[in-house]
Amino acid sequence: MTRTPLRPLARILDARARGENPKAIERENIHQRHEDMKDRARARAEGRLLVLGLFFFCAFSVVGFRMGALATSEAQEPLANAPGASIAMQRANIVDREGRILATNLDTYSVYAQPPLMIDPIAAADQLVAIFPDLEKERLVKDFTGKRKFLWIKKRVSPEQKQAVHDIGDPGILFGPREMRLYPNGRLAAHILGGSGFGREGVSAAEVIGVAGVEKQFDDYLRDPANGNKPLQLSLDLTVQAAVEQVLYGGMKIMNAKGASAVLMNAHTGEVVSAASLPSFDPNDRPRPPTSGFDPSDSPLFNRYVQGVYELGSVFKIFTAAQAVQLGLVNSNTIIDTSGPMKIGRFPIGEFNGKNYGEISVADVIVHSSNRGTGRLALQIGGKRQQDFLRSLGMFDPTPFEIVEAKGGEPLKPKKWGELSTVTISYGHGLSTSPMHLAAGYAAIANGGHYVSPTILRRNGPQYGPRVMSESTAKQAQAMLRKVVTDGTASFGDVAGYDVAGKTGTADKPKPRGGYYDDKVIATFATLFPAHDPKYVLIVTLDEPSIVAYGEKRRTAGWTAVPVAAELIARIAPLLGLRPRLEPEAGAAITLTSN
Amino acid sequence: MKSILYVLTALSVFGLALWAYQENYRTQQVVKETQLLQQKIGVAQARLAVLNAEWAYLNRPDRLRELADLNFERLGLLPLRAEQFGRADQIAYGEDPDLPIVDPIELQAITETQALGEVQFP
Repeated sequence: MTRTPLRPLARILDARARGENPKAIERENIHQRHEDMKDRARARAEGRLLVLGLFFFCAFSVVGFRMGALATSEAQEPLANAPGASIAMQRANIVDREGRILATNLDTYSVYAQPPLMIDPIAAADQLVAIFPDLEKERLVKDFTGKRKFLWIKKRVSPEQKQAVHDIGDPGILFGPREMRLYPNGRLAAHILGGSGFGREGVSAAEVIGVAGVEKQFDDYLRDPANGNKPLQLSLDLTVQAAVEQVLYGGMKIMNAKGASAVLMNAHTGEVVSAASLPSFDPNDRPRPPTSGFDPSDSPLFNRYVQGVYELGSVFKIFTAAQAVQLGLVNSNTIIDTSGPMKIGRFPIGEFNGKNYGEISVADVIVHSSNRGTGRLALQIGGKRQQDFLRSLGMFDPTPFEIVEAKGGEPLKPKKWGELSTVTISYGHGLSTSPMHLAAGYAAIANGGHYVSPTILRRNGPQYGPRVMSESTAKQAQAMLRKVVTDGTASFGDVAGYDVAGKTGTADKPKPRGGYYDDKVIATFATLFPAHDPKYVLIVTLDEPSIVAYGEKRRTAGWTAVPVAAELIARIAPLLGLRPRLEPEAGAAITLTSN
Repeated sequence: MKSILYVLTALSVFGLALWAYQENYRTQQVVKETQLLQQKIGVAQARLAVLNAEWAYLNRPDRLRELADLNFERLGLLPLRAEQFGRADQIAYGEDPDLPIVDPIELQAITETQALGEVQFP
């Protein structure tokens, strides 16, 4: 920068010659110099402001763009820390109490068609019908050549079928991946598992939804992606369930019954270890619900142990006896007059086959299954207290058993609970319940007096509910039930090695339009075992059994349900890990080995 | 003094930039590897699920029962019953082991003399 002098000699001399003050020139120049300096400083400051402004603009733009990008883009899992995220979308498995698979998923394919893309619709239809014989050729041709742009051909195909369809080679026939629910054990525990179907369907995926049983009850849990690798563990035991279904099926055939059910429940935890209803179905190919026909119980979908709400008969007598003992009205040795005639209003109360047992003890009332005996006990108890007791055993509400069908098992009780109802309900007529209700009631006797709610989920340790009777009452009731098997109506119920206690019940089936059938019964045997320290409750029900024994047609539970239950216990008790009571003579059957 | 500071600052900026550049690419590499591993895990889990389903299908009680019936002659499998339980004291003890031979004798000679009937054992 050239520096201009403050006192340029030429101008000073010039000013002196004219007689002016040369200092004025110096001041002017100083002023000029200050002005220049100010201008430069301003220019520099402005430049800096501009740069700073640009910087802030860029910074805010970046922040703004990033926010915009985050707001408009799809949310995404962080890639680095989501292990197996892709697979967790599957529906959770269902396993039994030992972790064996009851329901799982398989990847499969669906076949669909886009007719506009098809080259030779007629030939394609021909070949498709050859692969899937259940398709109709005319219909396919009509769909393929019509206006439709899209149609499903098959919801699920096997790998072989997929290859065969692929070999047709038509570009208009396409595959969509599907997840399929598989029940590897077939018919086993069909009524508990229920079944599943496809919900909303897309080309690339379809949601699997439960349609019945635990699949529907726990649909939310099973579908939750967070539970993808946490299976739903049931209280069922696969081995026991298989044995129960096999024996029950055989029993049903031998007894010529049209249906049968069995509920095996742990009396302390409420876990249902096995529950079977026959006839059953294959949940892999769940049949459609019946649309016609009068009786829903004819369908294999009918779940007898929760939906089969019937009057179960004499099996209820033990509740009456237990309550009478609990209230201190009697003990098991108190003598009751069971002789007739006995009339409530206009209705005579009679015994089976018109027998008369005379004066017998309370225990013998149960052993001989005396209607008049329990009726007189119930009259002593009174209707109000009887209702309270039955309510505390859960007999008035649907069972809390966790399958959707259980909510439909609403017990039927009389509208007006008069004296007649009190008497008839004391021996199990007039109050309709499901076998599951009965299992819960008997569990209270078996576990020493606590209500336990039946559950299908695995539990750890006893799950006692409120106490409904005292320990000593429960013990007396157990002793009475044991006596029924040793010298009563259930003498066929003796199982080698295991003490069984139980009560039979035979109830006439109601006609759909009122009244009762003469020749159709529901035979029930409710048991506790082992009798000295009950762990399990087993309820066996046969629908319309009849056999010919000793030249007579027999329908009572003692001839039908009891032998089936005994065979069941003989088969399943060792599987349940119960130690048999060893008799000295049992030794002969043991093969002694050494190695 | 000032210029040294400037140079050092500039060098450290270079260094950090280089480090960030390397880290960026290393992270991307790791993410890629993770994705690959996750794909593999997914495939393995799918295969495991199929194998589990197959195992459950092959072990379904119906099939096992049929197999037990088919091979009854060889295996003799029957349902477990109470009679098959026994007490511990019903099991025979194993046979006592043979005593060790401390004084071996010539068997040949004995059998020959026996055959001749010269030696009578009581």
